[in-house]
Amino acid sequence: MPAGVLALQGDFEAHILTLRRLGIDAVPVRTAGELAAVDALVLPGGESTTMLKLAGEEGLLEPLRGTIADGRPVLATCAGVVLLAREVEPRQRSLGLLDVAVLRNAYGRQIASAVVPLRVAPALGEPPAMEGVFIRAPRITRTGAGVEVLAWRDEDPVLVRQGTILAATFHPELTDDLRVHRLFAASL
Amino acid sequence: MRFDDPQFRVKVGLAEMLKGGVIMDVTNAEQARIAEEAGAAAVMALERVPADIRAEGGVARMSPVSKIREIQQTVSIPVMAKCRIGHVAEAKILEAMEVDFIDESEVLTPADEENHVYKHPFKVPFVCGCRNLGEALRRIGEGAAMIRTKGEAGSGNIVEAVRHLRTVQRQIRTLTILDEHELMAEAKELGAPFELVRYVAENGKLPVPNFAAGGVATPADAALCMMLGAESVFVGSGIFKSSDPANRARAVVAAVTHWQDAAKLVEISAGLGEPMSGLDIAKLTPEEMLSRRGW
Repeated sequence: MPAGVLALQGDFEAHILTLRRLGIDAVPVRTAGELAAVDALVLPGGESTTMLKLAGEEGLLEPLRGTIADGRPVLATCAGVVLLAREVEPRQRSLGLLDVAVLRNAYGRQIASAVVPLRVAPALGEPPAMEGVFIRAPRITRTGAGVEVLAWRDEDPVLVRQGTILAATFHPELTDDLRVHRLFAASL
Repeated sequence: MRFDDPQFRVKVGLAEMLKGGVIMDVTNAEQARIAEEAGAAAVMALERVPADIRAEGGVARMSPVSKIREIQQTVSIPVMAKCRIGHVAEAKILEAMEVDFIDESEVLTPADEENHVYKHPFKVPFVCGCRNLGEALRRIGEGAAMIRTKGEAGSGNIVEAVRHLRTVQRQIRTLTILDEHELMAEAKELGAPFELVRYVAENGKLPVPNFAAGGVATPADAALCMMLGAESVFVGSGIFKSSDPANRARAVVAAVTHWQDAAKLVEISAGLGEPMSGLDIAKLTPEEMLSRRGW
């Protein structure tokens, strides 16, 4: 089965194109039926409040929670991390499956959005640095015991892994560095 | 112009995040809250919605600072605001207020009838309107990080949005089949920067996201814009000039997500009350057409 990219709102097209560059069949997911037909899932960037609203109306929240809890591989970027986090500040609903706390828009409004050099763990391979595109990004303020940090912006964790969940507060889909998607693909 | 400049990339990056979403015109915090709760991907602060600007006349300016602040304090989604065409000072004020996107908009009364703002030096991204590909590429040349077709704001009539979307898409397709020796002549014809003409010819799309605006009054109007190649939709008067803004807003958001699913569009379109009343574009004088402002 193909990999799915949640396509309710946001930069889902960029993820689909990135996965296809890696030779992976990727399709948009907008309904529970489409979700049942994919092997793995990407939660893209965009507005988390909009995605929550649309997922709720579509009856997608429980199927999403079930799919991810069952261990189907997931890659989340930016708003996707907010959807997955256990705690979200300011408070909003979430799937609560990733044992981290996040602060939304933590770096400020769009004027603070930036391309920032990151330090990355050996799991990502060489070089030990990566370009991080941060757009009104959330910040991970707490990581649970089962959460491994794979990249840092200064001291902030920005790419984390918990079992089959890979979560980045930046946008690897907006760069030509395919290592994060490749790591996700390795779990397929 | 360099598309790989980091500042330009994060500007276009925010436009990427807004894809598949709806950007709603709001005049105060209460409307902004309704828009956010309905699932808007962003709100656009302006002094009066276009239908009122049309009805009341007078000079339409940037929204008052106090209103923009109140909207920024109310919602967590991006807050955009409009400045007048060529009004560099309004743009600077909006940047200093840290709005997330500036719309240099024909809906407001132009401050400069010859020049648009040179947008590259700003840290905040700009969106600009266009009626055709040449106009889109001139705005991108000046630094716009998002383009929206103009349509006819405040008309409740989708016909101009369709005309502009079709025109841009047709002109893009035409460029992709031209021989490279023909591109400079076409750039001259379009009145557009050659490098951008070449980019479109090679890639078959604009170098920045392409949204639609002007005249969206129903979920079906929004779906039509998506079918014609828009990547997202701006809704102005269509929401708050309808009989049930909260429900209509929710329906337009759902229609932009599910535009390919006609059965869902039926569900989405049911029970929305009355849409805004519309205008016959053919009865507008050239001076009454907001889309003719700017070049």
